[in-house]
Amino acid sequence: MMRRIQSKALLASFSLAAVAGSVIAAAIIYAPEIKPVERPLPTSFDPGEVAKGAQLASIGDCIVCHTADGGRPFAGARALPTPFGTLYSDNITPDEKTGIGNWSFAAFRRAMVNGVARDGSHLYPALPYEHFTHVDDADLRAIYAFLMTRQPVEQVQPKNDLLPGLGFRPLLAGWKLLFLHEGPSTRDPARSAEWNRGKYLVEGLGHCGGCHTPRNILGGEERSSDLSGGIAEGWIAPALDKSNPSADRWDEASLFDYLTTGIAGGHSAAGGPMGPVAEGLSTVNDADVQAIAVYIASRMKPESALQKAASTVATLPRDVASQDPASSKSTIAHPATDTLFAGACGGCHMPGAPMQVTGRPPLSAVSDLRMTNPRNAIQAVLQGVAPPSGRGPAMPGFADILTDQQIADLLGYARAHFTDASPWPDLTAEVSAIRKEDAR
Amino acid sequence: MTVSLIVNGQRRTVSATPDTPLLYVLRDDLELNAAKYGCGLGQCGACTVHLDGKAVFSCLTPIGATQERQVTTLEGLGTQAQPGILQQAFIDEQAAQCGYCIAGMIMRAQSLLDRNPAPSDAEIRRHMQPNLCRCGTHHRIIRAIKRASAVLGSQNGKGDAS
Ligand code: FES
Ligand code: FES
Repeated sequence: MMRRIQSKALLASFSLAAVAGSVIAAAIIYAPEIKPVERPLPTSFDPGEVAKGAQLASIGDCIVCHTADGGRPFAGARALPTPFGTLYSDNITPDEKTGIGNWSFAAFRRAMVNGVARDGSHLYPALPYEHFTHVDDADLRAIYAFLMTRQPVEQVQPKNDLLPGLGFRPLLAGWKLLFLHEGPSTRDPARSAEWNRGKYLVEGLGHCGGCHTPRNILGGEERSSDLSGGIAEGWIAPALDKSNPSADRWDEASLFDYLTTGIAGGHSAAGGPMGPVAEGLSTVNDADVQAIAVYIASRMKPESALQKAASTVATLPRDVASQDPASSKSTIAHPATDTLFAGACGGCHMPGAPMQVTGRPPLSAVSDLRMTNPRNAIQAVLQGVAPPSGRGPAMPGFADILTDQQIADLLGYARAHFTDASPWPDLTAEVSAIRKEDAR
Repeated sequence: MTVSLIVNGQRRTVSATPDTPLLYVLRDDLELNAAKYGCGLGQCGACTVHLDGKAVFSCLTPIGATQERQVTTLEGLGTQAQPGILQQAFIDEQAAQCGYCIAGMIMRAQSLLDRNPAPSDAEIRRHMQPNLCRCGTHHRIIRAIKRASAVLGSQNGKGDAS
């Protein structure tokens, strides 16, 4: 009985909230169409502005989401899996029929900062307007100039495949009311111009928080946990603040190397969705990437520790080369696994292996092996690591070679052998679960 | 250790240290020489065979991990006298230059046709990505795969999918 009353009361308050909500919502749902314009001539844009826009578009990594596998650049139609279903990215080439060819700057600006398309429909937050809303108009103009001078491609994206009800775009107005906080990113006058530039790029175009900030159940970023780590395409996007277990081993220089090359001496190689990010940043001017590195480094540790970082990197907790595998605690804890490791992993990851000679990080330096959560280590073994451009570290996936139990044994062994961290619990079950996820 | 596995439908028992690559066992102990050693690092695909029906790099597959599992090599697809459909297609298209990559290429392609007998060009290209050919016969290799796919299609059309 109690239950019934409660649920009735709940129902009543729900409907009240719904009515109130829809009145407020109606006011914000409506966005007028912005009149189509004739496609601006490519020659009408200043080449300097276009070049600046190209750099900014690389920082924003527009091309990754807006290009299908093997498709024409910026022509959209890339499938973007989300917890709410699959979205297909829009064509942002200046094609007048299927792209943004007849979008004025005002229309482009509104899409970026308010998440509303030219025709007035609300855009899904897969377009990270939570971040782009902080980009200033001069930069938006440059990106517009860059996009409008690309090759127009006529291509319509497939229909989105979302959970029932979510195809109804006016709902997005409510979402924005909760999670879209418009306005410029705030400056800290006490910090250097470089640090502030980094903050502006990280919070705005770079949209780092899109992956590295946890999201709530409605898919909004938890602003109070900014950059404390999230999840992206089945990989953990590690925390970029002090809570990162490897935070003390990163500094400005190693972050700069990592961001521009996907690899940093004595550190990890970029895996999963971070690969394309590093590839994009490799084409960006050094000053901007350096600014990003400065800002992230400051988030990972207090100022005083910055100088010390370099020396910490030099003394890794375990030096693989000097270790005799036969007598190590890992071999004692996992007696049968050292031969499995030698056969499946040793060709690249043993001391003296060609990969190490060419400066690839030893497993003792790899952050994934030190994380509290084994997810990324498991993904790296299952899927491998593929450099997006075909250059850089390439690790084959072992999903079809090794069983869940074997992968769990290997990771348990590697964690014991190459780090001082405590063993991961329930590894086999974790491997099975992530393998199932990957198969979907 | 002693490992018992099924190779091309036959049970084989070998004795090897568990870290020995499957590739070495196939070539040195079982005299199945189709799979080639290219890099030993999972970067070229010359050593590709099937493990439980999936294409894998045999150079990175420790024999200790293959206990009671099914391995198929190029020799398992057909013989010189009676080549398999995909093998015949590679012959018809003259898809080999030096031939070093071809055993791996065929095994990689076979794993695709086994699960999708009518792949699109894009699917073929994506699937064949891990395997390298230093001679540059890629266009013929792709033609051979499409030829085999067409033969499979016409067989299925006749209701003879054996
Ligand atoms: S020899 Fe196995 S991938 Fe090159
Ligand atoms: S035919 Fe020579 S490597 Fe492919």
